[in-house]
Amino acid sequence: MADTTINTARPGAAVATELVRPSLVRQRTPRFRIPRLARRVTGPVLVIALWQALSGAHVFTAFELASPLAVVDAGRQLWGEGALQSAMLVSLQRVAAGLAVGVVAGVALAVITGLFWVGEDLLDPVIQAARAVPILGLLPLVIIWLGVGEMPKVFLVALAVTFPVYLNTHAGIRGVDMKLVEAGQTFGLTWQGLVRKVILPGALPGFLVGLRFALVGCWAIIVVAEEINAQSGLGYLIMQAQTTNRTDIMCLCLAIYAILGIAADAIVRLLERYLLVWRRGFKGA
Amino acid sequence: MTAITAAGVRRRFGEREVLRGLDLSLADGEFVALLGRSGSGKTTLLRIFGGLDPGFEGDVLVPERRAVVFQEPRLLPWQRVLPNVSLGLPAGPAGGRHGLRRLSLGALAEVGLGDRAGAWPVTLSGGEAQRVALARALVREPQLMLLDEPFGALDALTRSRMHVLVQDLCARHQPAVLLVTHDVDEAITLADRVLLLADGVITFAGPVTLDRPREPGSPEFIGLRQQLLAELGLNTRGEGKSRI
Repeated sequence: MADTTINTARPGAAVATELVRPSLVRQRTPRFRIPRLARRVTGPVLVIALWQALSGAHVFTAFELASPLAVVDAGRQLWGEGALQSAMLVSLQRVAAGLAVGVVAGVALAVITGLFWVGEDLLDPVIQAARAVPILGLLPLVIIWLGVGEMPKVFLVALAVTFPVYLNTHAGIRGVDMKLVEAGQTFGLTWQGLVRKVILPGALPGFLVGLRFALVGCWAIIVVAEEINAQSGLGYLIMQAQTTNRTDIMCLCLAIYAILGIAADAIVRLLERYLLVWRRGFKGA
Repeated sequence: MTAITAAGVRRRFGEREVLRGLDLSLADGEFVALLGRSGSGKTTLLRIFGGLDPGFEGDVLVPERRAVVFQEPRLLPWQRVLPNVSLGLPAGPAGGRHGLRRLSLGALAEVGLGDRAGAWPVTLSGGEAQRVALARALVREPQLMLLDEPFGALDALTRSRMHVLVQDLCARHQPAVLLVTHDVDEAITLADRVLLLADGVITFAGPVTLDRPREPGSPEFIGLRQQLLAELGLNTRGEGKSRI
């Protein structure tokens, strides 16, 4: 084997430099690897276990807070009666309807204000002002306008969805790289082509962030909307449970809200993975 | 026939007048390199010819069919390579969608990327992305190609490969080319004619009569390089810096 190193060190360099291995980032090699899903489930399971232990030790009474096992029992009982399914279905329908209306409204407004300065100058101040109004403060007015049927609930959810979708989609449209727009123009894209192939795809990541915010917001709103003048839905179940001091049913409904919220977020994350395959970002350590 | 005629072109940005009554003309199929220091207004002029800057004064005529290759590839990241090449092409005359696909695949094959049609732009190297940008320009069969320092961000080896490729493609398709660059060697290697832009006007214009392929080591090449560097106001002897 030929020695490819040629000694070119300067004679004056008498002091030898101490060398170390280049490792700023430590590579960890665990002896056994816990699956990702198991690691993610561990936290919630520990919280529930602690809750059960505290209940078992009578730190709080069933009147104050039901134990997890009691909550499961309540779930089984309500499911057997069919009350839980119908309540969930009603709530889901309201959220879905409000979500659909809100997403369409938010995207439409964002496109108008994002593409046209006239639209921005006319609409954006109004939208920003409306956004500053607490949605629940509108409740009395909404009841006067829309009564106590399905409409006010769908309306409130739609309102809660519109703003985050609008804000993030608008920012997405305005954040599209001007250089890509220019390239599209020089290569003969029409205005519609530019919107369809350059601007809207460029705004998609922003829209999806808005959608995730919206999905959290709409569940928060539907609880309150259903606790006031409703005869069905999960919020109504909670109200009923309050009159009979059934903390197990209250906790059950809250747990269902949490699970539905996580499920909705997971769907959007899946959607992101599918729609944003072209991105290659930092994936975390 | 001419590919560009420009007379009395002026462009002002605020107080600063970047182009001061510039005249320029390009013959059909001619390869012209426009040299100039950073900030001399090279890119401004190219953007005017590309139709991207309406705020100029003067008289400019360019062909309808023209294509730009920018300094960065400017590929749409959310489209795969093939639709990026065919971006904005009318589906009609080329024989519909199918013809468009065949045409774009042909252009990709010409730049040596026939097998990357389905790749996402993020997965391409700098040189590959710039070749896709070249294919996107070529597929339009432009009468005028505007190249805005398209090889500036590439490493030396990739750059000289791109030079060979561009010469091949231009020999085959015969578009008029305006190459904006600050690399004197690149200008001499590629161009039929070299222009110098300084103080907002063309201060020097000279043909490059060297036989192709041009050897950067040949005495004529070195002589021309020295002449151009002197015109640019740089004092060098022999193997000096060729990039300004």
